[in-house]
Amino acid sequence: MSFTRTTNAAGVAIVGIDGQLIVGNRQELKALVQDGLDRGERKFLIDCSKTGYIDSSGLGALVSLSKKVREANGELRIAGLNEDLRALFELTKLDTLFFISPNATEALAGF
Amino acid sequence: MTAPLKLLVRRTPNRGAAEGVSVAVDVPADVRFIEEAVELLARHCFAGAAPCQRTSFRLRVLLAESLTNSILFGAGGDPSRSVHVAVQVNAESIRLEITDDGPGFDPAEVPDPTSPEGVGRPIGRGLFLIKNLADQVGFNPQGNTIWMTLPRS
Repeated sequence: MSFTRTTNAAGVAIVGIDGQLIVGNRQELKALVQDGLDRGERKFLIDCSKTGYIDSSGLGALVSLSKKVREANGELRIAGLNEDLRALFELTKLDTLFFISPNATEALAGF
Repeated sequence: MTAPLKLLVRRTPNRGAAEGVSVAVDVPADVRFIEEAVELLARHCFAGAAPCQRTSFRLRVLLAESLTNSILFGAGGDPSRSVHVAVQVNAESIRLEITDDGPGFDPAEVPDPTSPEGVGRPIGRGLFLIKNLADQVGFNPQGNTIWMTLPRS
């Protein structure tokens, strides 16, 4: 269970969640995005293509990060949710709050 | 983060006419134990069964969310306290019961996280997920025990 972080040529910070985003590791993700904001990054892609599970605390962390990034005039997108996770976003209506793409390639197009 | 201790599970055949097994475990009130507890209980719940992906995901959500609520809000995240999990498994269904030693809460007072004001809030989705993913949900009068059922297939 870990996070990966890369930046593409267009300056988008791509954060991959490998495993789970849960109450026990959400602060790590928050710190990772906050560090990016502090360095002046404004575009973030959370890549969930290797994410098996996100709990309600993880969903909450994404909500608060999205707000933080928006307040800094940036944008946070989400890509690669599996079928179960996509269903959680729809159930909680978080699909109305985020720009969600099926995969990272589509999310990065025009970002 | 890996929890430093191994959880001890008590597994006993159900008494009387009821088929199946009962599984019980005390989980220290520390969120680092949640993952281990969920994995362990899922193994016991589905032993000898072949649940569909959706059912196993539902079990995981129900266990993780109810444990998180009990550990953080019931037992105050104090690792010297613990949360009790009792599971009854039969051929068709699973019943989960989680009890903490806190004062309890009134589930009717938890706001809807999908309301226009709620959707942007970073907290308050756990109970909503439980209510939507379990077949049945109930509480004891004090509000410090929650029980949930779901199918086993």
